[in-house]
Amino acid sequence: MENIVSQLQSISINSYIWLSSILFTIGVMGVLIRRNAIVVFMSIEMMLNSVNLLLAAFSVYHNDPSGQVYVFFIMVVAAAEVAVGLALLVMIYRNTQTIDINFLNKLKW
Amino acid sequence: MFSTILFYVLSVILVFSSLMVVFTKKPVNSVLFLIVSFFAISGHYILLNAQFLAVVNIIVYAGAIMVLFLFTIMLLNLNKETEPKKPVLIKIIAVITGCLLAITLIGSLKGIDNAPVQNFSDNSIGLIKNLGKSLFTDFVVPFELTSVLFLASIVGTLMIGKKE
Repeated sequence: MENIVSQLQSISINSYIWLSSILFTIGVMGVLIRRNAIVVFMSIEMMLNSVNLLLAAFSVYHNDPSGQVYVFFIMVVAAAEVAVGLALLVMIYRNTQTIDINFLNKLKW
Repeated sequence: MFSTILFYVLSVILVFSSLMVVFTKKPVNSVLFLIVSFFAISGHYILLNAQFLAVVNIIVYAGAIMVLFLFTIMLLNLNKETEPKKPVLIKIIAVITGCLLAITLIGSLKGIDNAPVQNFSDNSIGLIKNLGKSLFTDFVVPFELTSVLFLASIVGTLMIGKKE
């Protein structure tokens, strides 16, 4: 199975750059377009995932395991960040009865 | 040839489900499409011969983080379509800004050589044996620091989440 994968592998690094750029852009557009805080949060997760994919691709490209270890650490930090962020969302909802981000503009200017 | 077709199929699934995350109305549907996109990313990891990352991606992202999102949406009863709309002008400006960002990102990395990703005879770096060696020799200090990070995250979550 591994030999088959290695023999047939012929995808250029440019394809991964294109894919990750498109994914990151979709995440940025999600942050800019939506007003629901949970969907904004999911868009941020999508941006993290696109960067993870590009890191893994470059790690294989350079035959260096450090990139994949770095992806592992990014996943660890993302898990901690999601726990704290969702707790913040629950607290905001408890206080204001909404998670519309346009109501959370006290720190905007 | 087979892996190229698989790459494009996975990419189409990934981009489509990511677009649906942004453009569906109900948050629960967004979460479900996000799970589909995480599975597609795991497929990409398997295609890159990074099996450990594929398994960890499914366990951590599709398993733990998405369950957290679903529980938050269901506990707060947020699955309503009453999200107020932003003006159309803001949306158009957002899309144009995103396309400019994509053009900048792709254009800045355009000069890179068009070599295939895997042309090594030893391509077993994604297996858990090599990653474990690297993790416990070169990266042992950050690995131990993540435990402190998780402890801080647990304490912070409990402090924020508890009722006064």
